[in-house]
Amino acid sequence: MTKNQENVRKPIGWLEAQLGTETYRLVRGLLTNPISVIGMVLLALFVLVAIAAPILAPVREGADPYKIPRDGYGQVPAPPGTEWRTRQPPLPFWWKAVTGKDQWVHVMGTASGQWDIYYGVIWGTRTAFYVGLSITAITALVGVALGTLSAYYGGVVDMVIMRITEIFIAFPFLPAAMTLSAILTPVIGRGLIPPMIALMIFGWTGYARLLRSDILSLREREYVLAARVIGVRDTRIMFRHILPNAIFPTLVLASMRLGSYVITFAALSFLGIGAEVGYADWGQLLSFARAWMTQLSEYWYIIMFPGVTLVLFVLSWNLVGDALRDVLDPRLQGSR
Amino acid sequence: MVNYIIRRLLLVPVMLFGVTVLIFLMLQALSPVERSALYVRDIPKNERALEGIIRQYGLDQPIYIQYWKWLTGARNSITGEVKGGILRGDFGYSRTASQPVIDLIKRRFPASLELALWAVIPVVSGGVILGVIAAVNHNKPADHLARIFGIVGWSFPDFVFGLLMLMLFYAGTGWFPPGRISDWANQVIMSPEFHNYTQMVSIDALLNLRLDVFWDAVRHMIMPVITLAYLWWALTMRVTRSSMLETLRQDYITTARSKGLSERVVVNQHALPNALMPVVTLGGGTVLGLLSGVVIVETVFDYRGMGSAFAAAAVQLDIVTVLAFTLLNGCIMIVANLIVDILYAYIDPRVRLD
Repeated sequence: MTKNQENVRKPIGWLEAQLGTETYRLVRGLLTNPISVIGMVLLALFVLVAIAAPILAPVREGADPYKIPRDGYGQVPAPPGTEWRTRQPPLPFWWKAVTGKDQWVHVMGTASGQWDIYYGVIWGTRTAFYVGLSITAITALVGVALGTLSAYYGGVVDMVIMRITEIFIAFPFLPAAMTLSAILTPVIGRGLIPPMIALMIFGWTGYARLLRSDILSLREREYVLAARVIGVRDTRIMFRHILPNAIFPTLVLASMRLGSYVITFAALSFLGIGAEVGYADWGQLLSFARAWMTQLSEYWYIIMFPGVTLVLFVLSWNLVGDALRDVLDPRLQGSR
Repeated sequence: MVNYIIRRLLLVPVMLFGVTVLIFLMLQALSPVERSALYVRDIPKNERALEGIIRQYGLDQPIYIQYWKWLTGARNSITGEVKGGILRGDFGYSRTASQPVIDLIKRRFPASLELALWAVIPVVSGGVILGVIAAVNHNKPADHLARIFGIVGWSFPDFVFGLLMLMLFYAGTGWFPPGRISDWANQVIMSPEFHNYTQMVSIDALLNLRLDVFWDAVRHMIMPVITLAYLWWALTMRVTRSSMLETLRQDYITTARSKGLSERVVVNQHALPNALMPVVTLGGGTVLGLLSGVVIVETVFDYRGMGSAFAAAAVQLDIVTVLAFTLLNGCIMIVANLIVDILYAYIDPRVRLD
């Protein structure tokens, strides 16, 4: 992304030649749209936090970085700024420069059980990227494969695939994912994998339907007819002429869906069938708030820090997706 | 139209078959011992007794026989008693709720339905009105505000929103308590002179002319209903807005304007009916969203409905209960989609010809 930003200042003709008109238009559209710029800046911040996690929140020697360190076992949450008392993780080198103190504190307080919220928020960024990107990649691949098959072969294949898709759509996403996750947990063991598989199995339907309908409408275009007339093979028409043109709406959908996968995964962790207790995951951190319903105004930091981070993360993907859609389909400019 | 409805109805058994097969396949992930909860209340610890149960109810038989027994019930080869069978309304026993799953559903379903019904009102009315306002004021401040609400609202997870509501309006101010009803109101409901017509507290209270109980029920429902609704509010607004914008560009709208009709008439009578068509297709999605939403919302607000029972069962890996709820969800969705499709064909004649 930074590479493209540098490139923009160079002569336009050269860049356009390098990227090709389509991609150039895409990049220019994304960089001139204020909504997408906000989204991309946010997203870039999250990427930085994810990469710099070991610097921002250092890991205790030999500890699993995705396990939130705890400061004792007390049940009552401690407010932001409380000093570490027991088993303090290494002090980040910038801490003294910024605050002038030698003592590492709970920057965002602790949840009940003395789990450090700041550590969970920072390392949870990596979990969010890992979960969001892998679920999106797998569901998009499966959806694209099935949608293409369906549209390409038509007839019985199309009917069977579409009926199966409809059956999967008949289940509400979150309860269905919970069900499958609950079934897989005893088989695989508690952790990130069961809920991720569950989300993948119920998440592909949107792509299949979208791509199928896009391909069906593209198939009737003149340029496809022209290719067919000059004797281009069917597979080549499919992969060279139709798919590249049909794939853009799928990309938009993918960026919008990524946010909702992260939300649903966090919701599963929040309900207690996602990441195990103490794993660096935002939803898991938020689940600590459930024990303090009557005192949330006092222990606001349990929900505010992970909650706001989660909202901003999802928002950044949605903003980029929204802008991407505007750029890719100028007819929709400003209409949504 | 009749033709279309018949063709659409013929799809229902196919869908039901698919849904039951999918659920049944998920059940196969359980061991025969765990699956015996489909037929007996207490799973014995004794190994020989277990084997007896597995044999009695055919849990070791070929898969298609098991599927048939799961649908219609299995006859105990010794006592001759028929147990289980989802078509008979017997979904087995819930380990977490210590009662037959069907009793759990009967008790909890009205509470969730009540929540969903109240949530639908703000979703539909508020979302549509906001969408129209935004479209009519295209690219003006009202429109920008609506767009921001649309995208931020869509990015806001419902459980975070719910927790914030609890923080502000319960822990902070004490205005709206969680739970379903206060203790004193619960005693009124349990008393013999109070008639439970629908099992939905707010509606029953009105029918019994107990405004104090009604107000108590509403106070408990305000936060869950808003949490359940705002997400779909944002979506309905976005769809109404973009569909309205599209419609306002059509030639027949220009014609209406050039005839000298007032903008109000043009928007409300010429554009709105057409612009609402895509909104109808959201109906199915909204039902899906509500079914997902009640799980979260009821858990966050400690509201005793179907969703919180489902979440509790899922956390404790009580799969028999979880799958019964999932089956129910699937059936609700099939019916909801059927209604939406027929409604859509009714307002848009082009659909019937496909």
